[in-house]
Amino acid sequence: MNRYELLETLVPVLEDALVVCNIGIPSQELHAISDRDNHFYMLGSMGLCSSIGLGLALTTQKRVVALEGDGAVLMNLGTLATIGNRAPDNLILLIIDNGSYGSTGDQATYTSGETSLAAVARGAGSQKVIECPGEETAGVLADCLTARRAAVIVSRVAAGNRPLPVVPLHPIVLRERFRQSIRK
Amino acid sequence: MNNSPVGQDSWPDALYDKLRSMDISLFTYVPDAGHSVMIERALADPAATTVPLATEEEGVSLLAGAHLGGTRGALLMQSSGVGNCINMLSLTNIGRFPLLSIVSMRGDYGEQNPWQFPMGQGAQPCLEAMGTICQRIETPDEVLPAAEAAVNMAYRSDQSVALLLSQRLIGAKPF
Repeated sequence: MNRYELLETLVPVLEDALVVCNIGIPSQELHAISDRDNHFYMLGSMGLCSSIGLGLALTTQKRVVALEGDGAVLMNLGTLATIGNRAPDNLILLIIDNGSYGSTGDQATYTSGETSLAAVARGAGSQKVIECPGEETAGVLADCLTARRAAVIVSRVAAGNRPLPVVPLHPIVLRERFRQSIRK
Repeated sequence: MNNSPVGQDSWPDALYDKLRSMDISLFTYVPDAGHSVMIERALADPAATTVPLATEEEGVSLLAGAHLGGTRGALLMQSSGVGNCINMLSLTNIGRFPLLSIVSMRGDYGEQNPWQFPMGQGAQPCLEAMGTICQRIETPDEVLPAAEAAVNMAYRSDQSVALLLSQRLIGAKPF
């Protein structure tokens, strides 16, 4: 299972959650599978989709899922400490770990080597950290959303990307439609 | 609003009260002596949320997320942290996210540590290069009007605005 195939299984589970999605191909794939007003896609500036998710979760009662990538988290490991200490019950950080920088040609990240992001997340303070294969992730995510408790999920999938166009939505449009979807 | 003059010692409290009066309720920060009063006030304020950051850049993203959720906040940092924010200021800029940064300066008036000068002098050009409007504050009398202006520019006009608190205002450090 690669990231696209994982996202296909996650979309039905994410229907009622607010979703912030990591830069590049992950956002393009999610947009192609399902585009909703309550999706915020990062289309530039790598990293810290998890921090957008934290800011959102701190300011709404709704459930928030930040869809991160291993490369983006490695760029900002400190945010795992902030989330480990400050994450409210409605925040789930789901790291799609394919061990590669997908958007630039699947070069290996350090999670293909010695680094375990689940171990880092635990060490950084998150009480509930689940590492699972992609095939089990939709079920794990559904359970976490029901439990309403902060969680970090590290989902291991194979490298590989769907060739897709850039998301044809201006960031201002993404921002405003997301804000309006929350007010509904 | 009441922007009556404030004294050399009382402006940090007055600035905090001004921000709270304009619905700023989420305070994200990397600690700095120049922000210590505001951080203490925020920590003691049951109606405010505080988030200490591992790096200043987190605050830029976090406050964008808070804007998506409908809450106003501020990023408190030292000028040394401005360089850490540049990557995520792309999001602020192209998405026209409001952002209020309050930057305590090093490497300007009276600085005695040479290592502070490159980032201190580079802070404003870096912020401006990424589309942030900078307002430098030199005296206590300027604090409240500048804060009110900055909150309105950020949250009514969707701009990224930074208040630069000069060492002439906060005092040069001996280290």
